[in-house]
Amino acid sequence: MSKTREDGETTEEKEAPTTRRGAEALVEGLKQEGVDTMFGITGGAVMPVYDALYDDEDIDHIMMGHEQGAAHAAEAYHSVTGRPGVCLATSGPGATNLITGLADADMDSRSIIAVTGQVPTEMIGNDAFQETDMRGVSMPVTKHNYLVKDEDEVPDTVQEAFYVSNTGRPGPVVVDMPKDVSKNDTDAVRGELNIEGYSPNYEGHPRQVKKAAEAIEGADKPLIFAGGGAIMADAADEVRELANENRIPVTTSLQGLGGFPEDNDLSLGMLGMHGTGYANRAVTDCDLLIGIGVRFDDRATGKIESFAPSAEVIHVDIDPAEISKNIHADIPIVGDAKRVVGDINDEMASHASPDTEDWLDTLNDWREKYPMEYEQEDGELKPQYVIEELDDRTPDDTIVCTGVGQHQMWAAQWYEYNEPRTWISSGGLGTMGCGLPMTIGAKLAAPDKEVVCIDGDGSFLMTVQELATAVREELDFTLVIINNYYMGMVRQWQELFSDERYAESELPHLPEFDKIAEAFGAKGWRLTESENVGEVLEEALEYDGPSVIDAVIDPNENVFPMVPAGSGNDEFIMGKGTQGSRIS
Amino acid sequence: MSRGAPSRRLSTGVREDAVARGADETEYTLSVLVENKPGVLSRVAGLFTRRNFNIDSLAVGETENPEYSRMTIVVEGNDKTVEQVKKQLNKVIPVIKVSDLTDDDSVDRELAMYKVSCDPETRGEIMQIAESFRANVVDMGAEAVVVEVTGDTEKVEAMEDMLRGFGIKETVRTGRISLARGEKTTDETGN
Ligand SMILES: Cc1ncc(C[n+]2csc(CCOP(=O)(O)OP(=O)(O)O)c2C)c(N)n1
Repeated sequence: MSKTREDGETTEEKEAPTTRRGAEALVEGLKQEGVDTMFGITGGAVMPVYDALYDDEDIDHIMMGHEQGAAHAAEAYHSVTGRPGVCLATSGPGATNLITGLADADMDSRSIIAVTGQVPTEMIGNDAFQETDMRGVSMPVTKHNYLVKDEDEVPDTVQEAFYVSNTGRPGPVVVDMPKDVSKNDTDAVRGELNIEGYSPNYEGHPRQVKKAAEAIEGADKPLIFAGGGAIMADAADEVRELANENRIPVTTSLQGLGGFPEDNDLSLGMLGMHGTGYANRAVTDCDLLIGIGVRFDDRATGKIESFAPSAEVIHVDIDPAEISKNIHADIPIVGDAKRVVGDINDEMASHASPDTEDWLDTLNDWREKYPMEYEQEDGELKPQYVIEELDDRTPDDTIVCTGVGQHQMWAAQWYEYNEPRTWISSGGLGTMGCGLPMTIGAKLAAPDKEVVCIDGDGSFLMTVQELATAVREELDFTLVIINNYYMGMVRQWQELFSDERYAESELPHLPEFDKIAEAFGAKGWRLTESENVGEVLEEALEYDGPSVIDAVIDPNENVFPMVPAGSGNDEFIMGKGTQGSRIS
Repeated sequence: MSRGAPSRRLSTGVREDAVARGADETEYTLSVLVENKPGVLSRVAGLFTRRNFNIDSLAVGETENPEYSRMTIVVEGNDKTVEQVKKQLNKVIPVIKVSDLTDDDSVDRELAMYKVSCDPETRGEIMQIAESFRANVVDMGAEAVVVEVTGDTEKVEAMEDMLRGFGIKETVRTGRISLARGEKTTDETGN
């Protein structure tokens, strides 16, 4: 998460006010914020901004195939680097195409700045060509937004937009730039940052920290529940220390994957709808739940009534509105997760660690009772197998992006995440099509890292045009389509809860994805059986450029365990229909 | 440290969080200081729709400092939902301060105007009613009068009840505005 900005950054600019156009002032502001990459598509209202970028040597602009892709790429850029991702679009359709990405960033708390063109100020309100009220349209899906009505406001607005976006709880911010504002001259420079109604709180209250330490000392069955907030705050080290030093088991939310190493014996993996049986039992039985950077989303909690029913709850979050929104916090601590968990660790020096060995034994019994498993007959190709094989061939710091659906859940379950900022996916909004553009953004943000995408056939097809972007930018990544010729997650729900009425979920006429890849100038493979999975994966990972593997899997495979929507987390269904804890 | 009974568990063993959402709703009065900038009203109003909160009334006007406006928002809810309303309002960047005047000693007023049907016989009666509420008759026609009343919601509604029998043709109300009593300003009430 955001660090407090360093002071003094602005002073040198003040010394030499020069006259330049609003668009140039914008680009100058982006550079002052350290922007080196941006994603976008040009168009009438934003042409002056592109013109200002034309001669620029410092900012690498990536032309995307669709503005939604630009927003997702910017999201991934933030997830990988912790710095705001920047996207750019023209007014009207360009701007509205960003909305899905903005909503996605809003739900998953990613800092992105969307600069949009707008019709000239004197035409606003006249239904001018390509006019959309972007401020109005984006209001409910952004942290904040600006309509820049005067070129003199550009420097301050850019500064404020970045500050708001990436401090406190990160989120998307729109800067809407009317064409005349971009074209007119200004000699304004940024002044002192002053936003009266906005001052995020980073320090946890010492009294609350002390209470938390006391609760930890007194707990018999403590459990850490770490989320995306812990990763964004760069609190993974502190969480690990809290867990290791006090022998507290850890489960993560979907967006918390990588926030705690899954190869640690205290890791229970993910909880919630497709979490492990043992994590869901643990959260149901724990007597102290330590939520760190989580928002207790319904996919994680299941039925609220039976979520951690006997637990005292410590909730650490930077956003006060998350405290007791869904789950009452007995010990709320508003602050930056890194500092607060660090403080709790310090405080634990004067408290005894809880004795958790019995609790850990119980958890081990549950691990044995509810193992993660799948069956693969000879020759059959199962998604879990493909993902495990991919995991075996990629280093720990590999960045994994996904689409949305069954493949996303398998990617969460069967790839082992051991480092923060290695899992990039659409959690809150569940946006199909996010995978490929996020992969592009991630690779550009971390060119030296292995980047892979585990995508679905339906999801991939939603943003397939970004293959052209990947080929043009010569990006080296491997994308595996877990192809079941279905909107698989929908099919699973229809099978389990709708009497197998497969309404509009089958996709029998999909294109051959390996050929699609080749047509774009990428490299394609098709996998239909388990035999040569390793070989193909190695070739694809080896290939220097975008690799697309069409892995045609058993279409009937379902994601298990599963907590049916509206059920308690302890009512999970294991594979092959075995019930979870309730029958024990 | 010995552990007491789990704190948020009902006698039935379930978390009470789930139950709180639907709990009995009452009126809350919030005083919200905002930057006097374009779009602020729609940000605040939009928040209520987006979060499924119920606004009973919203009144807004400039303050002693022209850079700020103050909104008085009457919202339906229970302690838990209104706590969320306050927190979400605080997240709106141009919102400077949210004060809860519900349990505070505050002065609440609204202004209402009623166009009431009349004839020569009932006109006097209506004027008497108005007088007893310290209301004013601000327009008089052959078949209707306009009565203007200022007061807290109870008073306004009491007068409305009295006038209803004559036939109310049209009503307009400003919605509640509230100030904390005493020297303390709303911004100092510490809410
Ligand atoms: C943009 C969008 N539209 C619709 C949905 C609803 N939805 C959720 S999962 C899913 C099916 C996804 O299919 P696919 O990408 O092939 O993945 P699979 O579940 O088969 O692995 C659908 C349609 C969604 N999440 N996002």
